[in-house]
Amino acid sequence: MADCNDALRELERFLDKELSENARETIHSHLEGCPDCLQAFDFHAELRTVIATKCHNDEMPPGLLSKIEKCFGEDFDGDGLIG
Amino acid sequence: MQYAPQLYSAAMRLTRNSADAEDLVQDTYLRAWRSFSTFQEGTNLRAWLYRILTNTFINKYRAKQRRPDETGMDNIEDLYLYKRLSTLDSALGNRSAEDTMFEMFTDDEVKAALEELPANFRLPVLLADVEGFHYKEIAEMLEIPVGTVMSRLHRGRKAMHKLLYDFASERGLISASTPASAESDTTTDMDTDMDTDHG
Repeated sequence: MADCNDALRELERFLDKELSENARETIHSHLEGCPDCLQAFDFHAELRTVIATKCHNDEMPPGLLSKIEKCFGEDFDGDGLIG
Repeated sequence: MQYAPQLYSAAMRLTRNSADAEDLVQDTYLRAWRSFSTFQEGTNLRAWLYRILTNTFINKYRAKQRRPDETGMDNIEDLYLYKRLSTLDSALGNRSAEDTMFEMFTDDEVKAALEELPANFRLPVLLADVEGFHYKEIAEMLEIPVGTVMSRLHRGRKAMHKLLYDFASERGLISASTPASAESDTTTDMDTDMDTDHG
């Protein structure tokens, strides 16, 4: 049975899905009986979602793809070969 | 080029401006195109492209970068942001924590907090928290041991969370509900030179 310190020490690896099945189970059963830790884990899971969403919404400049595609048909690196 | 939009967002976080980000994505695709024979079918195309992107970034931009300033990165307690916001969370009543957090930080603040991290820390945090890669994939992309990935993630995340807290308190958004002791340390000492040139 994990205590709060054990659980919090594994918080990042848990959210990163890097724990073994057994270790995940241990954390899960601790969280079921510990509202304080559950709140901390929920907070960080939600923070992760917010960060991923807000860092992933840049609009790509409209001409970029065609610029890249055009290079595929050219000797872009000057080595005498196309592509 | 289905991954181009996400590669462009990642390039924006790394180079921090759209002209360099465009160049970085273009370089990535040209390198990928030229070395496509080294791509093993059945392996992860997305991870392969991100590996080229990070390598191109490190090789091309590292030379330009000044010495890293990691001052203040190690004096941040664990659960820094959580300890300061959990009291606020209950004060905000019945809205879900996720809604609250979405509104608490603007897109620009979250991007800036990530972009202010030294590249050594920004890369693993970007690859794990934004792009969702595993430790092992990140270790291969950055050519560092898995243990180093984990410690940089730990330190980088704490520094990023502290910056988020600083931004929110600068706007006065959360000052009322935070302990006075947390206020004295909010000016960032990470805003001068966040780039790095060693790995």
